Amino acid sequence: MNAILELRAVSKHFPTHRAVDNLSLEIPRGAFFSLLGPSGCGKTTTLRMVAGFETPTSGEILLNGARIDHLPPYKRNVNTVFQNYALFPHLTVQGNVEFGKPKKSIQHVLEQVHLTGKESRRPHELSGGERQRVALARSLVMEPDVLLLDEPLSALDPLLRKEVRAELKELQRRVGVTFLFVTHDQEEALELSDQIAVMNRGVVEQIGTPQEIYQQPKTKFVASFLGAMNWIDGAGIRPECLRISSEGVRAVVVNSAFLGPFVHILAQLESGEQVRAQVAPDQAATPGETIFLSWNQRDEKRF
Amino acid sequence: MKNAFKAPAWLLMVATFFVPMAIIGVYSFLTRGGYGGIERPFTMENYTRLFDPLYGVIFARSVSIAAVATVFCLLLGFPLALFIARSAHKNFWLTLVILPFWTSFLIRLYAWMFLLRDTGLINTLFHTNLPMLYNNGAVILGLVYGYLPFAVLPMYATLERLDNTLLEAAADLGATPLRGLFSVTIPLAMPGIRAAAILTFVPCIGTYLTSDLLGGSKTILIGNLVQNQFTTARDWPFGAAASLVLMGVALGLLFMAKRRGEELL
Repeated sequence: MNAILELRAVSKHFPTHRAVDNLSLEIPRGAFFSLLGPSGCGKTTTLRMVAGFETPTSGEILLNGARIDHLPPYKRNVNTVFQNYALFPHLTVQGNVEFGKPKKSIQHVLEQVHLTGKESRRPHELSGGERQRVALARSLVMEPDVLLLDEPLSALDPLLRKEVRAELKELQRRVGVTFLFVTHDQEEALELSDQIAVMNRGVVEQIGTPQEIYQQPKTKFVASFLGAMNWIDGAGIRPECLRISSEGVRAVVVNSAFLGPFVHILAQLESGEQVRAQVAPDQAATPGETIFLSWNQRDEKRF
Repeated sequence: MKNAFKAPAWLLMVATFFVPMAIIGVYSFLTRGGYGGIERPFTMENYTRLFDPLYGVIFARSVSIAAVATVFCLLLGFPLALFIARSAHKNFWLTLVILPFWTSFLIRLYAWMFLLRDTGLINTLFHTNLPMLYNNGAVILGLVYGYLPFAVLPMYATLERLDNTLLEAAADLGATPLRGLFSVTIPLAMPGIRAAAILTFVPCIGTYLTSDLLGGSKTILIGNLVQNQFTTARDWPFGAAASLVLMGVALGLLFMAKRRGEELL
């Protein structure tokens, strides 16, 4: 068994709703594992149960094969990077990073997150990106078996987010710690993850690599949540799989947007439904023009 | 236009603060009248009299009793404030904290006398003969009882605003609840704790009712001294000087606490 963290039939029922229902997961050692889903799907509750801030209503959580679901947070060898980072405002960068391991040298971990020289700063004197790195350093210094990240990029501005995304993946490879990453951003999950569990309404809809999840979605929810999806006669077809050809489904172009490497076309079918196609620039069509759309049978997703 | 709106506030400050303070200030440099009141000439004697060791002892006793009462208020008030801040029924508990104010403090002190005196309820109930009334302990008890709400409310206000994820972060980083309390909750609640200390210490140092009713003949505090000068002793100038010096001592102590406090933050 190579799973470092295992959830067995874990449920969390609140008086008003079931946040997580009968969830089972196995997270391989060293993996970048993402929980992806819309807000309220139970992904954060799942993370909080692993961290120890919530107690499962039923089920088991195992870390390195040993049950941890009855342990308080301070006895679990997992650490959390909070969504708002939850840095201690009364402590310096050094004070924050040393909090969990007061006697350990923190220089190495500060180097890893490029914070050397900022030891005496207070959290309010740091930029958003620096705060996030303090939160990472503070957790990594604990040498956790699993690092839990609760939407750690959502507090950053969009430009910085893409940059930090690459850094985060690089950091994970370098330190080799297993990451359990919670996000609602499908692009983020696809780019970063080794494996993704797509969650909806407290249950896991599909677990797989980014390719599997995107190319072979098992449910209609997974198909529509990851990337754009057109629905033609009950079959799902990705915009990039549609072609403009001499025959096929008849449609009238509503809008056409040139985006450099490709053109986005919004067209209306005879049924009244609108579809999106992403085609090569030489296939451009003008609004009002009648076109025929075709696709390969193997690109159809049926549920 | 802006200044016009400030006018009522200034009027109020002048009429209720500056003018009375100025009167007290002038009185403190005058000579006592034969039947109370004031007479000329101007003199410094009221202030020089205060250097008598007799009054030094009274000042020291007032400061130390107020300090002890403040410490007890903080020690008792902090856990209570923390409990209320984390309770699901905050308003219920806050109402209970404020409820005693609906009764006169004087009546509540008489209730304590009834409980504590030699033939009081406690001694009768337990068939004991403990001397619980008319000593420093009784005064401190009365002060702690009276000013505990003033300690609880500001501490509650900061604790209620405290971001709970910071405590989760502390636990996440291996801190036991006790360590979380001392390294996160208390440091972040310092502004409230300091406000609580000031709000209890200042009224305690000038108290006269509590020491008058619960204290013995040996427990004379500055408040009683001032009160005496304006009533039985009929020495208004000396009372004015004592009350101004009391104010100076209180302000000086607060200034020291504030300076130290700012370094703490």
